[in-house]
Amino acid sequence: MATTVEAPGTSPIGRSTPRVDGPLKVSGAAKYASDFHFPGMLYAVPVGATIANGRVVKIDAAAAEKMPGVRKIFHRENIGKISRSVLGPGFEGICDERRPPFEDDVVRYYGQYIALAVADTFESAKAAADAVRVSYDKEKPNVSTDLKADDEPQVVVTTFGPANRVRSERGDAAGAFASAPVKLDQTYVTPAETHNPIELHATTAIWDGSTLTLYESSQGVFNLQGVLAQMFGLPKENVRVITKFLGSGFGGKLWPWTHCPLAAAAARQLGKPVKLVVSRKMMFQTVGHRPRTQQRVRLGAAADGKLISLQQDYVNDKAILDHYHEDCGEATAFQYSVPNLRVAFGRAKRNIGSPTAMRGPGAVPGLYATESALNELADQLKIDPVQIRVLNEPKIDESLGIPFSSRHLLECFSVGAEKFGWSKRTAEVGSMKRDGLTLGWGMAGCTWVAARFPAAASVQLRDDGTARVACGTQDIGTGTYTVLAQLTAQRAGVPLDKIEVVLGDTSLPAGPISGGSMVTGSVIPAVFAAADNAIASLLNIAVTTPGSAFEKRKPDELAFEGGRVFAKVDGVAKGVPFADLLGRANLRLVTGGGEGAATFGNPKPKFSTQSFGCHFVEVTWQAEIARLRVSRVVTVIDAGRILNPLAGRNQVEGAVVMGIGMALFEHTTYDPQNGAPINSNLADYVMAVNADVPPIEVHFLDYPDKEINELGARGIGEIGLAGIAAAITAAVHHATGVRVRELPVKIEDLI
Amino acid sequence: MHTFEFGRPADAAAAIATAARAKTAQQGADVRFVAGGTTLVDLMKLNVETPGRLIDINRLPLDKIEATADGGLKIGATVRNSDLANNAVVQRDYSVLSQAILAGASAQLRNMATTAGNLLQRTRCMYFRDTAMACNKREPGSGCPAITGANRMLAVLGTSEQCIATNPSDMCVAMAALEATIHVQGAKGSRAIAFGEFHLLPGSTPERETVLEPGDLITHVTLPAPLAGSKQVYLKLRDRASYEFALASAAVVLTMKGETVTGARVALGGVGTKPWRSHEAETALVGQAADAATFRKAAEAALRDAKPQSENGFKIELAKRCLAYALKTAATA
Repeated sequence: MATTVEAPGTSPIGRSTPRVDGPLKVSGAAKYASDFHFPGMLYAVPVGATIANGRVVKIDAAAAEKMPGVRKIFHRENIGKISRSVLGPGFEGICDERRPPFEDDVVRYYGQYIALAVADTFESAKAAADAVRVSYDKEKPNVSTDLKADDEPQVVVTTFGPANRVRSERGDAAGAFASAPVKLDQTYVTPAETHNPIELHATTAIWDGSTLTLYESSQGVFNLQGVLAQMFGLPKENVRVITKFLGSGFGGKLWPWTHCPLAAAAARQLGKPVKLVVSRKMMFQTVGHRPRTQQRVRLGAAADGKLISLQQDYVNDKAILDHYHEDCGEATAFQYSVPNLRVAFGRAKRNIGSPTAMRGPGAVPGLYATESALNELADQLKIDPVQIRVLNEPKIDESLGIPFSSRHLLECFSVGAEKFGWSKRTAEVGSMKRDGLTLGWGMAGCTWVAARFPAAASVQLRDDGTARVACGTQDIGTGTYTVLAQLTAQRAGVPLDKIEVVLGDTSLPAGPISGGSMVTGSVIPAVFAAADNAIASLLNIAVTTPGSAFEKRKPDELAFEGGRVFAKVDGVAKGVPFADLLGRANLRLVTGGGEGAATFGNPKPKFSTQSFGCHFVEVTWQAEIARLRVSRVVTVIDAGRILNPLAGRNQVEGAVVMGIGMALFEHTTYDPQNGAPINSNLADYVMAVNADVPPIEVHFLDYPDKEINELGARGIGEIGLAGIAAAITAAVHHATGVRVRELPVKIEDLI
Repeated sequence: MHTFEFGRPADAAAAIATAARAKTAQQGADVRFVAGGTTLVDLMKLNVETPGRLIDINRLPLDKIEATADGGLKIGATVRNSDLANNAVVQRDYSVLSQAILAGASAQLRNMATTAGNLLQRTRCMYFRDTAMACNKREPGSGCPAITGANRMLAVLGTSEQCIATNPSDMCVAMAALEATIHVQGAKGSRAIAFGEFHLLPGSTPERETVLEPGDLITHVTLPAPLAGSKQVYLKLRDRASYEFALASAAVVLTMKGETVTGARVALGGVGTKPWRSHEAETALVGQAADAATFRKAAEAALRDAKPQSENGFKIELAKRCLAYALKTAATA
């Protein structure tokens, strides 16, 4: 059978590999969801409510309907039946906004779709949408930023099912806090943040009888297929979803949003393909965002800094009808050793669109709070922030009582401190200077869950010497095409440039969502098994084909390496390329299927599987002009074996840049009067630009985690964003003396 | 669909005759000149501007930068911002203008945006740019939700109860400090407008932003002869390092004898409802020692009449620091 040969320099695994889809992308040949055009295709533009709370009294579409090129103005009266969807068994039927579009006349958030203009051109549809007149019965919206948990039962509904509001508990956290010699009690706030992938959400819907095809910008084509099948009462196999390329999504495209069934409903009624591209402004209204969080953290410690008690009580805001929980306690219960702990949450209903997962959901705002609290405790005790973390390093995952599969956080700290030059830090605020600027140095730890979703794949070996690997997962832009090519090259011995990778289609073997940083880890067993099965078939063909060099042998006397079948006794040098074997057998191809099982959601795991890391940050502060800049970042990541260091580094660097935005710039502002996300464009929603990006050093420890998969590779898409904001705010404090506990850090906080 | 006519006039006279048929030269005018389009086309996409007719002036011969007889500089209306910023004479004699332009927008926008267009740049107030919102500038009398809403970016100088919208231009701040003159051809002939008289305070008519009348075509801007030995600095402060409008900016042109300030022209950006020339700061500087105390006094004088809103009070202190630091930088250059 196949062997995994990993001789240095020959294996594609662990080698920096440029994206195999790079040429398609830079030449414009890669087709994103809105790049598909079909004969007779119509364009749809939604009309969003301009109130955030109230009722639609009247929709006057008379003028819009008479405009040239306009096919129809849809609204509640004429859209037809769009049903609700429910969670299915397993990881299915997930949706953050359950209410189908136009279900009732109530407006619960600004921008909620209330009508849809469909026309022959985008311009006509946009003009018609603008011409629809709507009158409302308007009430004052609640978009208050002061979050107090609503009165909810102990077990609440969330997007993923019921959840206990006490997320984790051990010992007597309150009692231990009360008697702790050293205490810290602070509240940390993170604002609403909006996903702004460059590629807008887009749907093109095409009906053929009772089958629906959707070209969608989706991070989870199979979940979308299931939800849409429910909404239109179709068998799942009658819905096909295609997402060939994603201009990223950052979590915003994980679950279906209301524009998608609208496009499908319009296409069904009009009997034509309908394309709907969500505008940038609507991206701030109707397709999710990271919710605002308010987190009270109480730490009790001994005089030496050893944690005695940790309490985290957090609230996130959510939409009126929906149940999103920002899981800020995700990492709290295992990251450090503490005998008494309680993590609990609540939610506060607001007149806002439903929040959703955004890169590193839960842990990113959560670690901002807990890592900041730890930094403050270190300062209070005059202990080095690295030292307080070393002191509280756990031996096992104390929340589950099981060992970590692979945890090297202490080594992350030592490597990071050494690369950064942390030993030169002087603790006093404002004590470090360079070129007339005050320096601030800060650090924080980070972690992100590692697990596998179920995954299936197929591998074909073809008579022209090429291979094809197919999996219905998506490439969110991070390099999934390349990883699948690397895995297939590794197992089938076919060079990268002779491998066709096919992704993003529900007609392919079921692949995982592009979420949770879990695609790479999940597809490894599936692709390897598929390749092994293809090779096994090939060996059978080798011994059964008349005239084959191996005709008289048994399959177990043969082996496969470097794309060649050979008799073990003769060695690979006398092997025959698989293309020749297939040719002799008059076969075009041989196919193997493979599956990998889930580890995510395992109720009785033997190991706690997590990735770890840390950030060391330098800021410069020029008080004379209140100018704060991040000037240097060193990030160390322990994410198992890195399959493609080039793409991996790119992931972590991108996350650090996003973290600079989170710490210093990004926030969605809801107008207090009408509830509109008022800074709903790329000029007023400030995020980091190239000029804000400092030198970023990324180091991978590269310890394989064999509990995750055969190669020991965990995912790295999200961990780089965890903890970075706490490191930056610590550096800001070190430079300025100002402790900012509500993100982003603004100039007005510092002058 | 909102349709409009698009025409290219043969000469300036034809352009003016067409534009003069409009009722106003301000917001909502039915006839608009278009050059780079970086403001106007943007606002048309947002339905904030809905002209029935666009007069393309790009082919009129208004794209030259030339020396004037009195030793100054004549800058054509359609000179691109990037060409102006990178002009050798501008860089040498009017460097504050070059610095200001390069501190704004992006290279792509500067390649399109023109001198006259930049003079007429509209505010970035988020309520102005969204037709679903009330706005006294866009729809006189409809109200100002910014005063009770998101006003962090908005003005602290020259505001009224009707409007607190900031003038967003960087170029204009430098031109105010350089005492530029704006030359206009109109239905009634040509006239020259001192820079400080070109933009209007919002008062009770925030829809009127400049003194232009229907048909008025900006043909060029002149700069007076450079002040010998002047030191010029433009400093722009904002949240991120690039590609953002100013929270506060300062343009300073200083002349000095030894350690004493002999001449000063100061203007502020990002804080005023128009490009904000500060004669108060200039008075506080001239004849004084070029030191930190003087600069701070000048900054205090410049912001004396500032009026904070709910979110932008920090801009007063920020603008003071900005101006004081710009002065210090110029004095020690």
